[in-house]
Parts: sequence; C-alpha cells; structure tokens
Amino acid sequence: MEAEYILMMDNITKTFPGVKALDNVKLHVRKGTVHALMGENGAGKSTLMKILIGIYNPDGGTITFKGQKVDIHDTNTALNLGISMIHQELSPIPHMTVAENIFLGREPLNKFGLVDKKKMNADAVKLFEKLGIKIDPRMLMKDLTVAQTQMVEIAKAISYNSSLIIMDEPTSAITEKEVEHLFEIIHGLRAEGVSIIYITHKMDEVFKISDDITVFRDGQHIATVPANTIDKNGLISMMVGRELTQIFPKEEAEIGDVILSVKNLSREGKFRDVSFELRRGEILGFAGLMGAGRTEVMESIFGIAGYDSGEIYINGKKVDIKTPRDAIKHGMAFLTEDRKRTGIMAVLSVRDNITIASMDKFKKGLFLNKKEINATCNEEKSRLSIKTPNLDQLIKFLSGGNQQKVLISRWLLTTPDILILDEPTRGIDVGAKSEIHRLMCGLAKEGKAVIMISSEMPEILGMSDRVIVMHEGRITGEFSRSEADQEKIMQCATGNHNQQ
Amino acid sequence: MSTINEKQLNGSLAKSDFKSTFKGFVRKYGIVLILLGLFVLMSVLSPAFLKTRNLLNVVRQISVIGLIGLGSTCIIITGGTDLSSGSIIALAAVIAASLAQRAGWEAAMYPALAGKLPLIVPILAGLLVGVLCGFLNGWTVAKFRIPPFIVTLGMMTIARGFALLYSDGRPVSSLTDAYNFIGQGEVLGIPFPIIVLAVMAVVTHIMLSNTKFGRYIYAIGGNEQAAKISGLNVGKILILVYTYAGLLAGLAGIVLSSRISSGQPGLGQGYELDAIASAIIGGTSFTGGVGTVWGTIVGALIIGILNNGLDLLNVSAYWQQIVKGLIIVVAIIIDERKNK
Repeated sequence: MEAEYILMMDNITKTFPGVKALDNVKLHVRKGTVHALMGENGAGKSTLMKILIGIYNPDGGTITFKGQKVDIHDTNTALNLGISMIHQELSPIPHMTVAENIFLGREPLNKFGLVDKKKMNADAVKLFEKLGIKIDPRMLMKDLTVAQTQMVEIAKAISYNSSLIIMDEPTSAITEKEVEHLFEIIHGLRAEGVSIIYITHKMDEVFKISDDITVFRDGQHIATVPANTIDKNGLISMMVGRELTQIFPKEEAEIGDVILSVKNLSREGKFRDVSFELRRGEILGFAGLMGAGRTEVMESIFGIAGYDSGEIYINGKKVDIKTPRDAIKHGMAFLTEDRKRTGIMAVLSVRDNITIASMDKFKKGLFLNKKEINATCNEEKSRLSIKTPNLDQLIKFLSGGNQQKVLISRWLLTTPDILILDEPTRGIDVGAKSEIHRLMCGLAKEGKAVIMISSEMPEILGMSDRVIVMHEGRITGEFSRSEADQEKIMQCATGNHNQQ
Repeated sequence: MSTINEKQLNGSLAKSDFKSTFKGFVRKYGIVLILLGLFVLMSVLSPAFLKTRNLLNVVRQISVIGLIGLGSTCIIITGGTDLSSGSIIALAAVIAASLAQRAGWEAAMYPALAGKLPLIVPILAGLLVGVLCGFLNGWTVAKFRIPPFIVTLGMMTIARGFALLYSDGRPVSSLTDAYNFIGQGEVLGIPFPIIVLAVMAVVTHIMLSNTKFGRYIYAIGGNEQAAKISGLNVGKILILVYTYAGLLAGLAGIVLSSRISSGQPGLGQGYELDAIASAIIGGTSFTGGVGTVWGTIVGALIIGILNNGLDLLNVSAYWQQIVKGLIIVVAIIIDERKNK
C-alpha cells in the first residue's frame, strides 16, 4: 500500500512568532497523480510547500519520499531527491538566454573548461521537443511572454529529472489556450509517472486536472478526497467551514450620504468595469483571493497608478486624481498593504513617521513648531496606545502592530473623510488587531467612510456593513451585512458565483 | 495578572531604553571620540600640530570640503549621491574670478570690466553657476528617473569641460583685494572661510531639522515610495536639494579661488570624493534617511587632521591616500553593522 505513495508528509507543525502556520498536518500524494492543494489565503499551503522544498524547517513531523524518511534542510537536497517547484512569481534572469536559464549552475563544459553553448542549446531543444514547446533556446528570457517563461520554468523543473513537481498557481497569468497546453504537458508528465502537486484557487481547473484534492484551512488539514467524489459546493464548504467564534467590536454607525462613487473603472490587465458606492459611516469590506485586483483598484483611486477608463466622484463631483497628493487634498487616506515597502520610513523616528503627511499643520513661518509636533505626537501615542519608549525611537524597532498604529495616526492627522485600509491587521498580534478594529468603528461613527480590504474571512464578516467580492479583476458579488456568509463570499471569490 | 504584565512591560521598556541610550551615545559620539583620539595622537607625535597657526590652517583647509560636504550630506540623505561638486567648484571659480580681476591687468578676460565691478557681481555669478548646475542635476534625476550617480557623473565632466573652455585652460588670476578677502581675510582673528562654513553649517542644520523641507529630505531617503503615497512632491523636493548642493558648490568655488587668488579650471579635482567621505565618516547612511550636519563637519575635520598630521609627520602623500581610503571603508562597515 505504501509504495503507492510517492510522498507522505505527516504531523507537520510550523510556528512563526505569534502564529501557528501549520498544526499537525498531513499530505499524501500518490505516484503518477495530480494532487490539488486548496485553501484560502493563509491556510498554510505555501508554508507546507516551502517545508517540502527546504526553504523552511518544520518544528515537527516526518517526510517520507519514495518510501524513505528524508530530511530536507535546503533546496539542493530537495532537487537532488527529485522534488522541484515552479513558483507563482517567476524569477528568470532576463538578460540571459533561455538555455542559460534552464542550465544555470550546471552548465555543460567543453574540453577547455568553457561553457559548451552548442550542447546546452541542443539539450534545451531536446527537452522542449519532449514537452511540445516551441521556443528558441537562444532567445533572451526578457523577450518571452509570461506563458513562455512559465513553460521554460516547467522545462527547467523537468530537466532535474524530478519525480515530484509543485506548481503554485501556474495559470494565474496565462491565457486559456496556454492553459490547455499546460494541461497537456501535465497529462504527459503524469503518464510518465511524475507526480504533481497543483496549488490553485480556480474551481474549474481543479476538477479538470486533478486526481485527488487536499483542503487546508487555518493551518489544519481538513480532508483529502478523490476529485470525482466531490463537487464545487462541497469543496467550498470544506474551505470555509469554520465556526465563527472570534468576536468583533462592531458597533452600528449611522450610514449617511454617498461620499465616494466609482463608475466603470478599468485598468488593462488589472481590473475591469469596477463600480461601487461608499457612504459616510460605512465600513465597506472588499473580499477576494490574492491577486483579485482589489489593491490595484484602490491604487488607481488614490492616484498611485492610473486607470484607462471610468469615473470617480467625491461628494457627487467628478474628480481627476493623478497623484496621491490630489487624493489627499480630496480627503482620502490610504493605508497600504505592504507596511515595509510602502508604509514606514524605517530609519526615521516615530515622530517623523507620524507627522510626515501633515507637516503643513505644524508650520510656524519658515520653521516647524516642535512643541506642537511633540504635543500632537504624544496625544496620538496615548490615543492609539502606541508602545514606544519615546518619540525619537526609530520606527523599525517597534512591533508590527505598533508600526501599523503609527501609520494609522499618520493618516488620521490628515483629517480624511475616506479611509482606504488595505489588509489593516495583517501580521499583527491579536491585541493590536482588536484595537484597530475598535478604532475603525469609532471612525465610522464619526461619519468617516472606510474601505477595508481583507483576505481574512472572519474579519470581513465581522467588521463590514457591506461586502464587495472581487475575482480576477471584476466585482463578482455584493452582500449586505445580514446577507453575507462564508460560502457565498467564497463562491464569488473563486469565480463560481454563476453556478450557485 | 494585568499588573504583572504592566510591570514586565515597564521593565523591558526601561531596559531597552538604557540599551538604546547607550547605543545612541556610541552612535552619536563614537565619531567624536575618534576625532579626539586622532587629535591627541597627532599632538603627541608632532609638536607643531597644536600651534594655533597650524590648527587654523587645518580648519581653513577643510572649509571648502566642508561646504560641499554639507550639500553632499543633504543629497545622500535622500538616497542619492553627488559626484559633480568638485567640477562645479572649478566652473564657479573661473567665472567668478573672471569678474573680479584687477584694474589695469592686461591679461584680464574682460579688460574693460576689470576692477570696475562691485564685489557682489562675481559672488552672485559664482553662486548662480552653482545653482544652475545643481538645478540641472536635480531636474534630470527627478524628471528622467536616472540614478543620481550617473547624472552627476555626467555633470562632473560637463562642468569641468566648461571651466576649461571658459578659461581656455589657463588660470584666471590677479584678483581684487576685496575678492581675495573672502578666502584670505580674518574677522576677529578668525579666518573668514571658517565663518562662511560655520554660517552655512548652521543654516543647513536648521533647514534639515527645523523645516518641513528638511523633514521631507529624510522622508524621501527613508522610503521614497511611502513619501509619495504620503503626498510629498518628491520630484520638486529632489530638485531643490540638488540646487541647494549646487549653491554650496558655487560658494565653495568662490572661497577656494579667493584663497589662492586665482580661478583655475583644475580646481576641486577629487574634492567631491572627500565631501562624500566626510558625510559617510560622519554617519550619513548611503542607503538614505540618516545623516547630520555635525557628523559631516566632524568627518571633514577627521580628514583635515589626517592630511595635516600626516604631512607634519612627513608621511608620503601616497600613504595618506591609502590611510584615507581605509578609514572610509571602515566607517561604512561600522555604519552597516549598527544598522543591523
């Protein structure tokens, strides 16, 4: 019986500071099958795969590969065993050729010890013929399409003679026709006895390609079933079927007039025909899976990125927002999702980080009124209970939750009417999380309008007055607080809303 | 339960407070300690070092490096770099000097004007040249998003070329006494260039720490993307920063040409590297967001004392370069380590 399984991961546990990412999970993959791995964002799929290819070390558990217990402590070990992964974010070296990318680090040499380009190109051609790929191995990677790049990555994975290939959302950036080709390749590999772990959010694909399905939720193994014994709805309820026990400090605020209205907003390749209205006193939740285009919509509204067509109205007046400066002038604030990259100024003090967006407030002639700056910052510090020894402390030494509070107070000092909060509580501890939730309710009560993008289902359901769901750049559903539930939202988020 | 937590929290805060204060002390004054150490070392090794004349000489020598070092500090804080300041010195020097030549000097560039222009004309001309070069640097960086290293490398060559072209490769000499005062005069026994540097250092310090513009400079270096999202007009701020650095380079060109009574197209060669070195030794971070005027002044003093002291000790100029290079690299290694 055991020989049937190429891979058995058992009792795998992995804890990160403050989060249990994987709790005693298992994953058994049969030889020569396609095994779909499913679950919401943060369910633990990626963490498990990173353990399998040696990027993370597990806290506990065993991995049995081809009947032997193995210890995979780095990526080379995984490759030598015959396990390779095609990451969702492809990382080719753009100015090198296709063949050079495939054989990077193991280039064939000629008798002078130089790279044997002829042999390398010939090997690449052989590999491509086997897969039915038509790409000239002498082309530069930067000149390939996304789909071609992906094909090259697959060829590379196969060139290691891997017997287990992990594909992380391989179809997220390619067209339908290219998907067909990919599936043909996968079928071919399966016929040769190669096993594939296929991570995806797309329901249709799962049933088209996979033999078995494993579902994870909140770091736990929920079920492993043969694909032909379950349907889409059954799968969705497994993915979301958690009990909602977490209590949110939600308070009803008086919902007022429409303050922001977005009509048919489109940006090529990112989102299409997005229309919605936002009212004062309202918390509008934006749900969806990663890459659904929610952040991109907000970036266009806030003037960080442009848009191709559509209109934006604030208080009934059409506005033309070209830069974040314009957006701020129109009373908007945007707490970005990537705190490190677009939020904090790491080497600057807490004081500077709080005041940087509202310096005009503190001007006294040519100079800054330092007394007032300190007074305001101290007020903010106690109002949001920011834990920092003093205002001179560099923000990088604060915890994630406190950094987030600093950024929130940066925006509150600009006295916005519309707050866009993108994953406002991601990666912060439970205490800070509920403080931020309470703050959001307070802001709504003051008559401000809040947009909250969140990939956490309980947060969406617990905090929103209304929920908009996006899938692949389009709005696929809208629910009032009383209508919304986990299954409806997940149906829309996975593009399954038409078959309800 | 909650009181225990509170206590623990306070305890850990107090501890980290002490630790950060100590770290802060070393960070803030470590470089001063090195300066003092160097000072004591040189005094012991060479009796001539401590003479007032010599010390004033050291400070006079660093005044030019110090001036462009202030500009470089501002630019490096934004995350940029300036390689053109040495060449701007030369261009400003030859142009200012050409408008400050003595009456009756037959070889004057403008015999008709020689000796007739008020002092303010060459000064304004020199400053204007600096402002213009700096503005072009900033505009190119902001408009075309080209790395400052490349933009200012281009300006370094271009400004030097113009200086040679303008002066036909010859020194512009025989300057008026009034002009010469800037670099050679004294007020209450203090060399005038030192006063110029002190004033500009104070102005730059106040600008960096007490104005909106100054805080924006740090914010851009700290995280340009976040600065943009926070509503800062990053392009405009960058242009102003480079323009200000250009102004300081123009001023340095006036001071230098006045000190040697001659505007020479070869002036200031390699000064940009000493200016950058002063800033880096003084704790300005090459990755942006960190740096102070005082650090840079101390950095310039360290370089000045090193040059002077090694001269007094008859160490060859070749060795001086090697020592200076080592100090720069060590300073950056220390900077990288404390950032971790």
